[in-house]
Amino acid sequence: MHPRLELRNISKRYPGVVANDDVSLSIQPGEIHAVLGENGAGKSTLMKIIYGAAQADTGEIYCDGNAIAAHNPAMSRALGIEMVYQHFALFESVSVVENIALSASGAFDLPSLADKIRELSLRYGMPIDPHRQVHDLSVGERQRVEIVRCLLQAPKLLILDEPTSVLTPQAVVKLFDTLRQLAAEGCSIVYISHKLDEVQELCDTATVLRNGKVTGTARPKETTSLELARMMVGSKLPEMHVSPAAPSEKPVLEVRNLSAKARDHFGVDLKDVSFDVRGGEIVGLAGVSGNGQAELIALLSGERTHGHYDAIKIGGTPAAGLRPDERRKLGLAFVPEERLGRGAVPSHTLWENAVLTAHRLGTVSKGLVDRRKASIFAAGVIDRFKVKANGPGATAQSLSGGNLQKFIVGREIALAPKLLLVSQPTWGVDVGASAFIRQTIVDLSRAGTAVFVVSEELDELFEICDRLLVICQGQVSPSLVRTSTDREEIGLLMTGRKMSKDRSGDVALQD
Amino acid sequence: MELFIAIFTGTIIAATPLIFAALGELVVEKSGVLNLGIEGMMLMGAALAFWAVTAGCSMPVAIVAGALAGAAASLLFGVLALTFLTNQYAAGLALAIFGSGVSAFLGRGFGSVPIEALHRVDIPILSDLPLIGPLLFRFDPLVYLALLMFVAISWFLYRTKAGLILRTIGESPQTSHAIGYPVIRIRYMAVLFGGLMAGLAGAYLSVAYTPLWVENMTAGKGWIALALVVFATWRPLRVLLGAWLFGGMTILQLQGQALGLQVPSELLSALPYLATIVVLLLISRNRQMLALHFPASLAKPFRPAG
Ligand SMILES: Nc1ncnc2c1ncn2[C@@H]1O[C@H](COP(=O)(O)OP(=O)(O)OP(=O)(O)O)[C@@H](O)[C@H]1O
Ligand SMILES: [Mg+2]
Repeated sequence: MHPRLELRNISKRYPGVVANDDVSLSIQPGEIHAVLGENGAGKSTLMKIIYGAAQADTGEIYCDGNAIAAHNPAMSRALGIEMVYQHFALFESVSVVENIALSASGAFDLPSLADKIRELSLRYGMPIDPHRQVHDLSVGERQRVEIVRCLLQAPKLLILDEPTSVLTPQAVVKLFDTLRQLAAEGCSIVYISHKLDEVQELCDTATVLRNGKVTGTARPKETTSLELARMMVGSKLPEMHVSPAAPSEKPVLEVRNLSAKARDHFGVDLKDVSFDVRGGEIVGLAGVSGNGQAELIALLSGERTHGHYDAIKIGGTPAAGLRPDERRKLGLAFVPEERLGRGAVPSHTLWENAVLTAHRLGTVSKGLVDRRKASIFAAGVIDRFKVKANGPGATAQSLSGGNLQKFIVGREIALAPKLLLVSQPTWGVDVGASAFIRQTIVDLSRAGTAVFVVSEELDELFEICDRLLVICQGQVSPSLVRTSTDREEIGLLMTGRKMSKDRSGDVALQD
Repeated sequence: MELFIAIFTGTIIAATPLIFAALGELVVEKSGVLNLGIEGMMLMGAALAFWAVTAGCSMPVAIVAGALAGAAASLLFGVLALTFLTNQYAAGLALAIFGSGVSAFLGRGFGSVPIEALHRVDIPILSDLPLIGPLLFRFDPLVYLALLMFVAISWFLYRTKAGLILRTIGESPQTSHAIGYPVIRIRYMAVLFGGLMAGLAGAYLSVAYTPLWVENMTAGKGWIALALVVFATWRPLRVLLGAWLFGGMTILQLQGQALGLQVPSELLSALPYLATIVVLLLISRNRQMLALHFPASLAKPFRPAG
């Protein structure tokens, strides 16, 4: 029997980098195969080659024993290959159902497709409203749309490039059930993730890439995550040091009774949100995406302003009515969750992207961009955060997902802000680099910066935060001290159930 | 009453070439391509259709010839802008200039003899109704075709999968390519359709509206069509309304001149342009609606990533 997919000696080079170097692998029908590797190892490039969205320089691809010549995505779809892109392939100006209709075969019947989406997405544990416009969706919701779109096609080979980077733990569990079932029905799955526990739980086999080359194969279920990590990184993982926080007297960020209507009727209204973040501490916001995080972040960053100027104070200055650049002058730095589009301009170079927020550091003088200073600044970020890029002149879109994330986080940290606002700080970043980014955020806070982190990854929040807030349906819980709470309590608050510990120490639930 | 009927029917007729040209350009721009050369394509269509009539062809043949001339001219633009990725502004302007030059050259042999205009269709019973008949049922067939095109294009864009594919290519050709659509081929088809429609608009001018050949007889209507698309925020219904508004102002202005209004005639002739722009500007202020209908990749060259 032929393997479902066979790659022979695939090589692909981009200016200044060999993304894939003589890669061969084969995947049997029904096999779940992981592709592991550091940021920039060449995983996404390899997937795009399999799907036909990029062309290999040399090498051959066989599907069920037949060589694929003149490959392109349309051919893949005809062959039953589906792919969830790391940077989603969704159109913002149309609705979810229209997006899905574009890759669905069969009659163009939106109402019945919408019904099918509603039903299947619920069954897969990733509920989506088919009639929402994609530009209103958070990245977590977009990820659900991408996955549901592929699952609807009943593929023979499913490529998932970091599908769980912004999914909730519950959705991941359901997704894995679905994937196992698909595999049992004979569908082959290629799975990319930086979360090694997921890989161990789900995958039968793994291929490890480093600098574009295959450096080994493994059976994840029989290998420890430490070993897997070592195969990827080639060295030992750094360890985290979190010293106790010494919060400042006065809060740097004060939010008082902030209420706001959602921007459209699908958003969530914020209801009477109040909290503080002090200098020297990290406060995390946990919650299932789509519970008002987007609204809160837009209000905090200044993307959206508010009439009650006192509702948000930065360093004691009423800031709710200020524009983003005015807030940046007060010492705010901001990492948005969408790295392409909001965090960076894809077609511009890294140094140009650096100027966008680093204009305070003298990269712009008298309205003119000081190109030399901007390049030095960008080079500094690239160097300090080990961003794999072809220098400050590389375009943002040419970076691998994790490397772009490192660059954006690095750029904001390098501004030495008084207040750092980060959304999904380690989205798609490999294990080594995640540890490094988290450590840098901790160090920054210990040097006196107030840090506010929004993340769907509870592990991450528990690792770095001093205090935790939970957002659910636009309401923010009172803060919980990390050392005296646990995942269970946070998890319950995330689903909107209040928990009160009665005297006996038992946990009582109230709906 | 007579006056009202004259103004009403005059409006509809004056708007017809604009409807053809602007709806064609709307489809082109929805696919993310900006073709500034409408004026040139219209002139090519006008010249070819007129020539065909003087050469003894039947009206339908002449009109088809005009449309094909527009399409042929647009192909030139397509090759430059889509295959060779020339700057779309430059390629479009080149087409506008090229079309007006070539049509003027062809037109030297036409002389200044008027031809017999396209006949209006008489619909039994309907055309003879009082009031309604003269108002709605005594137009030439192209007037009805323009309205039919409006319905067809609106339906195509918002009700069919092909229309959805076209609109989303206009938002992000990269994404369309990534999910497997032949972006370049679809854009070629859109450009050719735009050319066909501009050619029709030109043909209407030279064989129906003013059955006469005059050099540069489009008199800037191609540019107005272009502006219509933008100010109509890329929506078919607004294109239609904008075209009627422009047509209405043109006719009122002519009537005003005929009545001997004490306003300089140059100013009066500027009125339709001014009024159309002001009104469309007012309705296109809603930023969010604009963002939703604006083809985000407009005029940006696209090459499939390798
Ligand atoms: N379009 C492009 N132009 C230039 N270089 C590119 C392009 N796409 C990818 N690269 C480079 O190829 C290398 C591999 O990138 P790729 O996206 O495959 O990495 P990855 O393994 O998916 O990383 P991550 O885990 O961060 O997503 C990187 O060094 C990247 O900068
Ligand atoms: Mg990747």
